[in-house]
Amino acid sequence: MSEYLLILVSTVLANNFVLVRFLGLCPFMGVSNKLEGAIGMSVATLFVLTLSSVTSYLLSTYLLKPLGLEYLSTLTFILAIATVVQLTEMVMKKSSPLLYRILGIFLPLITTNCAVLGVALLNVQEQHNLLQSALYGFGAAAGFGLVLIMFAAMRERITYADVPVHFKGAPIGLITAGLMALAFMGFTGLARL
Amino acid sequence: MLIAILAITLIGFLFGLGLGWSCGKFRVDSDPVVEQINDILPQTQCGQCNYPGCRPYAEAIAAGEAEINQCPPGGDAGIQALADLLGLEPLPLNPENGAVKPKTVAVIDEAACIGCTLCIQACPVDAIVGSAKLMHTVIESECTGCDLCLPPCPVDCIEMIVKPSAPGEWIRPRPPDTGIKTGGSLLREVSA
Repeated sequence: MSEYLLILVSTVLANNFVLVRFLGLCPFMGVSNKLEGAIGMSVATLFVLTLSSVTSYLLSTYLLKPLGLEYLSTLTFILAIATVVQLTEMVMKKSSPLLYRILGIFLPLITTNCAVLGVALLNVQEQHNLLQSALYGFGAAAGFGLVLIMFAAMRERITYADVPVHFKGAPIGLITAGLMALAFMGFTGLARL
Repeated sequence: MLIAILAITLIGFLFGLGLGWSCGKFRVDSDPVVEQINDILPQTQCGQCNYPGCRPYAEAIAAGEAEINQCPPGGDAGIQALADLLGLEPLPLNPENGAVKPKTVAVIDEAACIGCTLCIQACPVDAIVGSAKLMHTVIESECTGCDLCLPPCPVDCIEMIVKPSAPGEWIRPRPPDTGIKTGGSLLREVSA
């Protein structure tokens, strides 16, 4: 039990995928201009990452390993992620048109989020079992959502701040992200896997 | 080598099959009548019908929750088209929703604009460009003349002007009344 809790704490705080492992930086910088979009992106990522890490675990354990095809992991996982994203989009359109409209373009864009592929590959590398894989994916997405929403809230305020003209926009965003990463270094050692 | 190709093909095939199956399973049947009603509505997104936009109003009409006479920008021609489509009697425009006005576009007095972005947030069709503390302006071809940008402006620098009509929309104005009787009498007067 404590082992599963450790995975969660580790992925959300100590080994945060965005600020410590530096994965998924493109959506982190890209959709953090507005809080609303950031929340939508976080929810969609949470959904897709959990599902895709389970799918890629199943594929890797029951297909690639028995056939000795581990070198095809990247290709297979990308295929699985794209399928899961498409499936999520369809199910969401049917079951919750409101959420579908809020997420909009962010849903298909998750396919190219490198954190999603990173989680799938790290699951194989660290030899997680099914539940651990699912939790690892969930935790990674929760950590991603946490920093994305915090960062978006900060950027919304920075827009109206008196920033030197050369630092306006992306530069001050990158500096803020760097400071956030420094702050997250404080969590190092909180959970060791 | 061969087994790798076979495995990838199999995975791709299975995923494709799964997606194809779920595509049929989770298909969303949108109501074709809503689309047709939405095509007739003027797409000003002005909200005068008490719905947040043209499409919600179209959905309400299709569901029988709204009358067809709540759209002032569509005017009598729009009500007639809706009545023809739905097989209903055309109704006069409901005065509670507003009156028929000529087509207008918003124009921002750029010297007076303080760059507050409030009108940008109010615009339902994203026809206003600009940024915080910078001047805003209206993209004339995108503006639907819905008046929604007028109330939020803190300095009242937006004005609605009557849209200069395109060649296809131009209607010949009635000749001014000169007091000359038309028809046969005119001929007689000239010859007399």
